[in-house]
Amino acid sequence: MRIERRLQQPWWLAVVVPLTSIAAAFLISAAILWLTGHPPLHSFHRLFDAAFIAPGALSETVVSATPLAFTGLAAAVAFRMNLFNIGGEGQLYAGAITGATIALLMAGAPSPLVIAGMIVAGAVGGALLAAIPAVLRAFLSTNEIITSLMLNYVVGLFLEYLIFSSHSYLRDSSGFQASVFPQGKMLPDEATWPSWTIHSLVLPLGFLLAIGLAILVWVLYARTRFGFEVRVIGDSARAGRYSGMRTRRKILAVMCLSGAIAGIGGASQDGDFRHQLDPRGLRQASYGYTGIVVAALARYNPLAVVPIALLLGGLQNAGFALQGADFPNGLVGVMQGLILFCALGGELFVRYRVRFERGPVKTTPVTAP
Amino acid sequence: MNNSLLVVVLASGVLYGTPLLYAALGELLAERSGVLNLGVEGMMLVGAVMGFWAVQRLHGPTAVVLAAGIATAALAGAAMAAIHAFLVVTLRANQIVSGLALTIFAGAAGLSSYLGNDLNLTGSPAKHQFQEIFPKSFQDLPVIGPIVFGQSILVYASWVCVVLVALYLTRTRTGLNVRAVGESPAAADAMGVNVTAHRYAHTLVGGAFAGIGGAAFSLSITPQWSDGLTGGAGWIAIALVIFAFWRPTLCLVGAYFFGAFTALPFALQTHGVDQAPELFQSLPYVATIVALVVVSSRAARLRFGAPGALGVPYVREER
Repeated sequence: MRIERRLQQPWWLAVVVPLTSIAAAFLISAAILWLTGHPPLHSFHRLFDAAFIAPGALSETVVSATPLAFTGLAAAVAFRMNLFNIGGEGQLYAGAITGATIALLMAGAPSPLVIAGMIVAGAVGGALLAAIPAVLRAFLSTNEIITSLMLNYVVGLFLEYLIFSSHSYLRDSSGFQASVFPQGKMLPDEATWPSWTIHSLVLPLGFLLAIGLAILVWVLYARTRFGFEVRVIGDSARAGRYSGMRTRRKILAVMCLSGAIAGIGGASQDGDFRHQLDPRGLRQASYGYTGIVVAALARYNPLAVVPIALLLGGLQNAGFALQGADFPNGLVGVMQGLILFCALGGELFVRYRVRFERGPVKTTPVTAP
Repeated sequence: MNNSLLVVVLASGVLYGTPLLYAALGELLAERSGVLNLGVEGMMLVGAVMGFWAVQRLHGPTAVVLAAGIATAALAGAAMAAIHAFLVVTLRANQIVSGLALTIFAGAAGLSSYLGNDLNLTGSPAKHQFQEIFPKSFQDLPVIGPIVFGQSILVYASWVCVVLVALYLTRTRTGLNVRAVGESPAAADAMGVNVTAHRYAHTLVGGAFAGIGGAAFSLSITPQWSDGLTGGAGWIAIALVIFAFWRPTLCLVGAYFFGAFTALPFALQTHGVDQAPELFQSLPYVATIVALVVVSSRAARLRFGAPGALGVPYVREER
């Protein structure tokens, strides 16, 4: 058996391979369920019902998908340039902190102003945090994977410190209950982001914002000089440098853009859903890491990020909804992992051609594309 | 004297550092062969749950049951690592994404939780657990008593592992080959070293070490099973390898340093000092970033840096 690189990728592979990967992941999950004595069809039926079909399920799925769309987009932006920013988690926390702070500071101002302030603050918070690994990578060539990962913990612990171990501005300090069960201050009503209802489907502002950002990023990467240079540097950093592209500036810009998107995701958590700074909830959800899965499944294509976020968000939402019943615990993580494994394996068939032949190697003549 | 803050912190630093040390040694072996495996947390959790399962279900003398538990944990960790190895070595997938997928697949909301639930392991304490092996009179010695003699066999075994791994990498032919595979697979291939086999073997052994590290939680520190038992130790282990500049002996120092910082807030609390635990806990992470920046300079990177081919798939036809 030989594996050789494809010179041209047939267009249909980009559709067939991901679909086959997802189907394969479901088959393997079914095998695991069957082997451990759960009827697979029953579990899948309940899963899809809770994720997409039951009344209100789709709206809940959108709630789970919104942060994943932001972090997925953030990861896609950076990974496309081979910048492995796995700090989406921490950048989302940072955006949630700055977003909540601005919301509390601007209490009393007109609602659209407060919301705009939160979005800007979230973006700035995330971008500033992402700037640390970016500067270290650009000027000291420190590996950004590890620095961004470490910062996730530092910011995560800082988030808990703000609410649980200090008397910060963000902590609710009114009344007896707040001193026994520390929690974040409730944000003012002006800081509640609007949502729109189509039939029974609720679309929060954050979700629409994520769709808008996805389109913007697609335009930026596919239709501008900046995007072209980012893609060249991503495919071959040397080629980019030799042709005079400003690699350092691109690293700074792309990391900050990535951080800003994740930061807006954090602000959307404050404004759309939680209405207070919620360290436990944010840390348990691990949106940042799941966002990397979303980006990888979308093959770093910004337009594909939103539908994939809906798929994974649906799984996650079903996991919450079915918890505790006869629904196997941990199945959601197993399925998310399997989908990604299969997608990664399937990638081989997109990039390479597998031939089964024996005897001397016949080389196919290369025609100019 | 043995109750003084420093002794308590150092003793519990060794206790909490041991799972980190096992996991970091495993990750070090994989990374030295050029495979970055970010799935340590997942492998540790599956090791923890399977090791615990073996101990709960087997009957026999404590020593035998615990040995079987550790063996099961190692096998489970290696099985998880095999998925990663297949994807990144054979299928040439992106190592970062595959490692993250492994953490999600096996981690706190994945397979480990599924198994723990399906095998009914939650809530009951371990039937057997690792105990201190030295007699009480040794443990009462001033200062070194609690730190050196107040530990279980897992700790002493980890010291042996550190020495073995260090000798293996620097003093044996295979160890030299592994380092060649990690630094320059093309050169190693030209020398006749089987790159694929070396990467598979070391990723699998790395997984086995991570599994043992997980079992150190479920059979020694916590002695029970609950979802997400390791609480991020796998990620710390990954940081630790970098912190230790890919040197086994420095892993030992680093593991106890990280372990001590985990233990410090609790120890301070019992001594009446009420400090925010989060600030202490974030120090090791900041220290890792600083250490990483220090070794990023060109000269230092050649001397202490990451294996040259870390994270890069090797495709013979595309050299």
